[in-house]
Amino acid sequence: MTHHAWLLLGLYLLVLLLAAKPLGNYIANVMEGRGLVLRLGGPIESLLYRLSGVRRDEEMGWLKYAFAILLFNLLGALAVYALQRLQLWLPLNPQTMANVSPDSSFNTAISFATNTNWQGYSGESTMSYLTQMLGLAVQNFFSAATGIVVVIALIRGFARHTAKTIGNAWVDLTRITLYVLLPISLVAAVFMVSQGTIQNFDAYKDVTTLEVTKYDNPKAGPDGQPLKDEKGAVVTEPAETQTQTLPMGPVASQEAIKMLGTNGGGIFNANSAHPYENPTPLSNFVEMLLIFLIPAALCVTFGRMVGDPRQGWAVLIAMTLMFVVMAIAAMTFEQQGNPLLAKVGAGDTATQATTVMSVGNMEGKETRFGIAESGLFATITTLASCGAVNAMHDSFTPMGGFVPLWNMMLGEVVFGGVGTGLYGMLVFAVMAVFIAGLMIGRTPEYLGKKIEAYEMKMVSIAILVTPLLVLAGTAIAVMAADGIAGIANPGAHGFSEILYAFTSAANNNGSAFAGLSANTPFYNGMLAIAMWFGRFGVIVPVLALAGGLSAKKRIAASAGTMPTHGPLFVVLLIGTVVLVGALNYVPALALGPVVEHLMLYAAH
Amino acid sequence: MKTLIRPAVSLFVLLSAVTGVVYPLAVTGVAQAVFPDAAAGSLIIKDGKPVGSELIGQNFTDPKHFWGRPSATSPQPNNGTASGGSNQGPLNPALVDAVKGRIEALKAADPDNKVPIPADLVTASGSGLDPHISPAAAAYQIERVARARGLKAEAVVAMVALNTEGRQLGIFGEPRVNVLKLNLALDALGA
Repeated sequence: MTHHAWLLLGLYLLVLLLAAKPLGNYIANVMEGRGLVLRLGGPIESLLYRLSGVRRDEEMGWLKYAFAILLFNLLGALAVYALQRLQLWLPLNPQTMANVSPDSSFNTAISFATNTNWQGYSGESTMSYLTQMLGLAVQNFFSAATGIVVVIALIRGFARHTAKTIGNAWVDLTRITLYVLLPISLVAAVFMVSQGTIQNFDAYKDVTTLEVTKYDNPKAGPDGQPLKDEKGAVVTEPAETQTQTLPMGPVASQEAIKMLGTNGGGIFNANSAHPYENPTPLSNFVEMLLIFLIPAALCVTFGRMVGDPRQGWAVLIAMTLMFVVMAIAAMTFEQQGNPLLAKVGAGDTATQATTVMSVGNMEGKETRFGIAESGLFATITTLASCGAVNAMHDSFTPMGGFVPLWNMMLGEVVFGGVGTGLYGMLVFAVMAVFIAGLMIGRTPEYLGKKIEAYEMKMVSIAILVTPLLVLAGTAIAVMAADGIAGIANPGAHGFSEILYAFTSAANNNGSAFAGLSANTPFYNGMLAIAMWFGRFGVIVPVLALAGGLSAKKRIAASAGTMPTHGPLFVVLLIGTVVLVGALNYVPALALGPVVEHLMLYAAH
Repeated sequence: MKTLIRPAVSLFVLLSAVTGVVYPLAVTGVAQAVFPDAAAGSLIIKDGKPVGSELIGQNFTDPKHFWGRPSATSPQPNNGTASGGSNQGPLNPALVDAVKGRIEALKAADPDNKVPIPADLVTASGSGLDPHISPAAAAYQIERVARARGLKAEAVVAMVALNTEGRQLGIFGEPRVNVLKLNLALDALGA
């Protein structure tokens, strides 16, 4: 790693951890209904509840809470589907974008309702401004709010005792949206514009370029599809243009919540690599901060709400340690570059001291970010279930691409998505104390709650749903002709593309080895299933766990209680997460990135 | 569960209005009042006409101009309405062939240049619209541009230096040269 990369990583951790504490305490206040902001927003909140028929002091049991969340998200999916199917006839569509196909609309609706934000489509040529801001950006808020309220419900499960309820879903969703997501997004969006992110409702702008560009234009057949010759190659004709069409739109407002809510669905196809989304290295740093901001803060919220801040810090430290290892790996592997390109004369080791981009793997990366900012962003976006990209993961070196894949396979619990990361990690914490309990022969307990058969059943379901979806989905796709048809790169990398797609979908990440042609009925359907069950197949057992825990008595810590705030627990937690990930995925990884790495250096 | 339907539907509609209408309009209002140029796309206007955006790269193949990062957009490179990278894996023979082709084009335009070619000058960017190249990639092209324009190399070096940005705030990102701004400055010099 270069000095620059070390400095960047250090500075990032410093700012993140400094911001986590005040924000975490603030979120705890908001969710417990305290503080100045709640008094200021009180009238608006009351109005919303009155119009919606919400009784704010009504408490819900876990089942009702789960139904409320499911219903709210189902409405979200329906709205996004409808907006896409009807956008041609709706306002704010200056480019007259056509209505999106049913299978792509279905996939995108599920994708944004589940906080995955997998994108089979290309934003700048598919979605109207209305679909973006009223469909996709709104889901960015709501799916983020959903993740946060589920973890808050789980925390209440630990904090309460002999209780029948875990909170009011409507009040929780409203408060998180109004007092946490909206204000931070507003500030972040204006900052993004100051860096160059666009924010307007103009039609796309044509500019006259300095040079005339000559290119081969694919000939369209009578059916509108590209014409192919008898060998199946696309028939082209020479063309030239001196016009460049610049996309426009309300980008900054969506960009802010896209990062803050760990959503990651780009307004443009190139996502955060696009200069109109992520124009400067500073905007890039802020984007990276926004991704981990709430996941880190929620650890503090957790400690506060269970009445022992050390419990939150232990979880946060475990996350940070795993993050640092993965970040160093990604930045190191990408800096090594591609030996096959060096062989044909690209890149030069003699100038390594003067410029890192002369030698690193720059395919798919932006000059303003270079290697360090791209490697760090890739680590953050895949550990969190964000999935925004500022460089193309498909073109990473084999081991550089292994890092994002492995990060997602850890189950999106290292910081993870907003809320989802912490509830995933707490599920692993219960698993860790269970394993420790077995080793010393005592009934496991966590935060004063006895862990019994019912809890372990819910934990097992929550942990096993995603690997099942990933491995079964990948297996089906590599056996189906429709699945293999989507592969873009030959060899082991093609397998990695499919494995990455299902890992990303089931873990609700949304990043891609984007060479895979996934906008087909096969992938749109298969991945939508993986996304929906990867999301709600975990949320429901987690809420059931919350309900079970809150009903339990709290038992006092005794000499036989394992402390869950010390270094021993941190190590145990990391060990559990890594072990479960490795047991599930090592065989699949060996077939993809590992084989590819060996081939790259054998060829070299 | 019937009691859940009314709150779900009405809260969904109301919060959608707040986050999907009020919020983006508020950001637009503030952005256009405080940063109007940035909000509109950082366009470069020459003689009253937009000739590009300082954030969006253009395609250059003339030896008189500095060349930018290769672009994998289709059908033409630097297509503003189809951003994206090549998505070619590191072992893909098509990637190696593409890089070979770009190296040959650079060598054909400047046969005497024996300096090693910086990787960023022959690999496609992530967005396909990268406006920048590394200082090394600019340095590689200085002799060629100076010769094609009949300028002294020092004059071109000075222009490159003028259009080079360091790390932002001294910390973030990589030093870089804005290719469109540099070429516009060179064209203005010649006119």
